[in-house]
Amino acid sequence: MNDHIIKNTPNLRFLSNEAIERVHESSIQLLEDVGVTVESGEALNILREGGADIDESRKKAKIPSSLIEEALRKTPHRLTVYSRDGKHNLNLTENNVYFDPGSAAISLLDYGEEEPRPPTLKDVRDFAVVVDSLKNIQAQSTALVPMDLPENLRDRIRLYVVLKYSTKPVVTGAFTVEGISDMKHMLEIVSDGRSLKLRPTAIFDVCPSPPLKWSHLAARNLMDCAEAGLPVELVSMPQTSATAPATLAGCLIQHNAEVLSGIAMVQLTAAGTPVIYGGSPALFDPRHGTSVMASPEVLLICCGYVDIAKHYGLPTHAYLGMSDAKVIDYQAGFETALGALIGALKGINIISGAGMIEFERCQSLEKLVLDEEICGYVYRIARGIDMDEETPMTQLFQDATAKGHFLSQRHTVEWLRREQHTPSQLVDRRDRSTWRALGGLDALKRARTRVKEILSHHQPEPLQPDVEKELNKFAVSICRPHGLPHLMV
Amino acid sequence: MSIEMSKNSRMKENELLGEIRRAVIAYDEKTAVEAVKTTLELGMSPKRVLEEGLITGIQEVGNLFAQEKIFIPEVMLSAEVFNLAVKLIRPAILSKGEEVEIPGTVLIGTVAGDIHDLGKSLVATLLTASGFEVLDLGTDVSAEVFVRKVRELNPDVLALSALMSTSMLEQREVIRSLIKEGLRSSVKVIVGGAPVTDEWSDQIGADGYAPNAHEAVDLVKRILKKG
Repeated sequence: MNDHIIKNTPNLRFLSNEAIERVHESSIQLLEDVGVTVESGEALNILREGGADIDESRKKAKIPSSLIEEALRKTPHRLTVYSRDGKHNLNLTENNVYFDPGSAAISLLDYGEEEPRPPTLKDVRDFAVVVDSLKNIQAQSTALVPMDLPENLRDRIRLYVVLKYSTKPVVTGAFTVEGISDMKHMLEIVSDGRSLKLRPTAIFDVCPSPPLKWSHLAARNLMDCAEAGLPVELVSMPQTSATAPATLAGCLIQHNAEVLSGIAMVQLTAAGTPVIYGGSPALFDPRHGTSVMASPEVLLICCGYVDIAKHYGLPTHAYLGMSDAKVIDYQAGFETALGALIGALKGINIISGAGMIEFERCQSLEKLVLDEEICGYVYRIARGIDMDEETPMTQLFQDATAKGHFLSQRHTVEWLRREQHTPSQLVDRRDRSTWRALGGLDALKRARTRVKEILSHHQPEPLQPDVEKELNKFAVSICRPHGLPHLMV
Repeated sequence: MSIEMSKNSRMKENELLGEIRRAVIAYDEKTAVEAVKTTLELGMSPKRVLEEGLITGIQEVGNLFAQEKIFIPEVMLSAEVFNLAVKLIRPAILSKGEEVEIPGTVLIGTVAGDIHDLGKSLVATLLTASGFEVLDLGTDVSAEVFVRKVRELNPDVLALSALMSTSMLEQREVIRSLIKEGLRSSVKVIVGGAPVTDEWSDQIGADGYAPNAHEAVDLVKRILKKG
């Protein structure tokens, strides 16, 4: 049984068909009347050629609805992202759900510490190894930014490490304009001669700057990915009450307009480039001025835009299943579980966030393995209630009532494993006395032990020796100009 | 020629023992019963069939359970097959007068006024899977029946289960009856069930209490070692 193909999922809807239509119309109107700011001359040029009304001095593009409709028609409705070994492919369509860690954290919270620290290259490796071992986290992300490297190497080298230590597909992104071509080259080395266009192994996040703006970097990344045939995940980030309207409906209109303008640029660059309709909306906390990522309103915005994306027939993504807590505590658990569960029941194809706390800034290995358990619960709930069983109930109940219980019925043995999700020992289901006898450990302490076990035992499938040699050689070649003679990882 | 034959029959015997072990593990009642009958027809030592076939098989079930490779329902089904096969082979052991090394016999039941079966059955199953001979009297068992069975069967341990705080009091009644009949010193008494505590066990003069089925097995092993 493939856990990620979801059959009996309760189908959550947050927007009616009329509401979807209204948001669509309003965002089209917004793109026509207000337009988007695009800080790239090249991107403005292709928009002009596509029929947009360009105000060169203000770098504004007013995009006609016909251009948007045409771009939507050209965007594929499904996308498969391949793993190196072919065993963890992401089939991004319908209500399939895959989890990946929250990405690009600039700090790491070690077990037992209250203050996080900057991640290093070695942390990037450890993180990739742990993700590689987890069943319910189907994709890697370039989760940590190695702060011990020169700034403009960080995007590429974190991908290098992940490609080396895991077979899983990667959700990544570039922090630099030149990043895309180097990262593409690394993916090509690992693909070992197979076409990345036909067989993509990574997804590139590109984020507009709210409200309604594409930075030079983002616009270039969009075009470069499209030219290279790399799938683009458009991650719009409206912050309600600050960089987006205070109404959730207003946020949805902005979100949709930003994503649609991105789709237009991608399809104008290279028609047929796969695009994932994603997002990482936030809430401006009016008391503290913080950018909250795991609030109920954020969850609602995600589910709202996913309703719209599904109406367009596009693969979907959201940043959910994480927390804004500062340590791995009760808040960290409940915020993560709520987001992951609702996201899965909404049928969001990629849910990014595992391991993450503190406004998408901070990662934790212990939280990552605990979040794996949340994902296990979520998959079970999303699998719903199986009504296919054809056992005659009369006989079963006659036998069981004679014994007083169902325990020693063959029916029980046959169905128990199918019906019950068996969590790992990270989830405590023992009686108190046994729990105490085993050390009386809380979830975080158990997670600490699990992380240690994985790091000392899990062996990711290595690259072919010649492929690894070439990848190393390339990584060193991009590091050398920055005064790094070799990479110790 | 005769060496060849005995070699063949030894191979056949080993095959049958393997089949019995596998049948216990796979809770395959039919195969287990047939194989045990064949061993009797062949005149094999019933002691050997019990020890190297059935007990080794059920102990492997216990190991698999400890490793979480199988779950309680499978252990229960295996224990049922085991108990059935033991019943088949017991008369042969008695008639041959063979001494069988069993870690111990446990008489178990839920006390009068209480029809809860599950906890008691779990304990019985795990004891069986640890190689103990378990005689399960079922639920709602009166003190009188417990006493009679202790006298008849002379078990090493008597295990009394109660789920309710009201029926728990009956555990004390059973112990009082054993004392009255002069049987208390012949058997170790252990108590269990949701409301039961160490304090209650001490208060009523039981030999021990365990909070769950796993610890019940450890408890039985511990008190039998003490003698």
